[in-house]
Amino acid sequence: MGRLLYLLPLVIFGAIAAYFAAPILSGKDPKTLPSAMIDKPAPTQTLPPLVDGKPGIDAAALAGPVKLVNFFASWCVPCRAEHPLLTRYAASGKIRLYGINYKNKKEEALAWLAELGDPYERIGFDLSGRAGIEWGVYGVPETYVVDAKGIIRYRHVGPLTQLVMAETIMPLVEKLEAGGGS
Amino acid sequence: MIVRAIGTLILGLMLAGPAVAVEPGEQLADPALEARARELSKDIRCLVCQNQSIDDSNAGLARDLRLILRERITAGDSDDDIREFLVQRYGDFVLLNPPVKAETYVLWYGPVAIGAFGLLAVIVFLRRRPAAQTAKPLSEEELARVDRLVAEIDTGTNEKTS
Repeated sequence: MGRLLYLLPLVIFGAIAAYFAAPILSGKDPKTLPSAMIDKPAPTQTLPPLVDGKPGIDAAALAGPVKLVNFFASWCVPCRAEHPLLTRYAASGKIRLYGINYKNKKEEALAWLAELGDPYERIGFDLSGRAGIEWGVYGVPETYVVDAKGIIRYRHVGPLTQLVMAETIMPLVEKLEAGGGS
Repeated sequence: MIVRAIGTLILGLMLAGPAVAVEPGEQLADPALEARARELSKDIRCLVCQNQSIDDSNAGLARDLRLILRERITAGDSDDDIREFLVQRYGDFVLLNPPVKAETYVLWYGPVAIGAFGLLAVIVFLRRRPAAQTAKPLSEEELARVDRLVAEIDTGTNEKTS
């Protein structure tokens, strides 16, 4: 028994090493921050429309049926990467897609949409980035799933991939919609 | 000469302040409020370049946060209100000094606990050390031998000096 005690430092070291090794080996990006806004109401300040004839974002829009809110900017390269995927999902009618144009000059954002197509149902214009801060955005693209009560349920940082859409976001959207969403 | 040059260099390095990202246009007119803003922003993490404070960072988001912080200070918010505002949006991670609460007890008190444990281990180890190391009193026999030897030496020296 007394001899086993000498193993204690090794055991403690092992425990600490395992604690630090777990996040490294899990392959998660350590720069991705935990989200503080999950299960909180989405910020409801009114954002003016970016495109003429297409509504912006306001409290009423966020309280509507389950939707994805996607922060994008023309200067953001990963936004370009996820754009075809968003377009495909929006066109399929499986999701409602709202956009918030983050810290972008209006003409640049419009040129970007003209070039790549505009899959968004509504686009809010956030030139100052203030709305981004309200939502807890720290780098575009970021995508939030907002339920029918206007509560944020999920947040994805970085470009969306087919895998994230198929395995995380779509099941969640379906679950929220099935849950009555009212 | 060389000593002087080195001295100058050291003095220069000591006087050089850290680089600061705050731009003149951002600063508040009231020096007291500006000082408060600077002090507060040293404790707010820039979420883009994650080991810099927003006071040090040139990132766009850091600038926005500095502006918001000053806006809130001007509006009369207390430092705690402003921290709370940021924590609600970005989580505790936005504070460079993590708050003391249940999830962070290990972080705050863990090192102290490990230190105390080590100290305890050292004390236990020292107390349990075999008694063999402490001197045993001499036996009767040994004492008699010592006496004899001392007497021999004494007589020896006496013969030489006298």
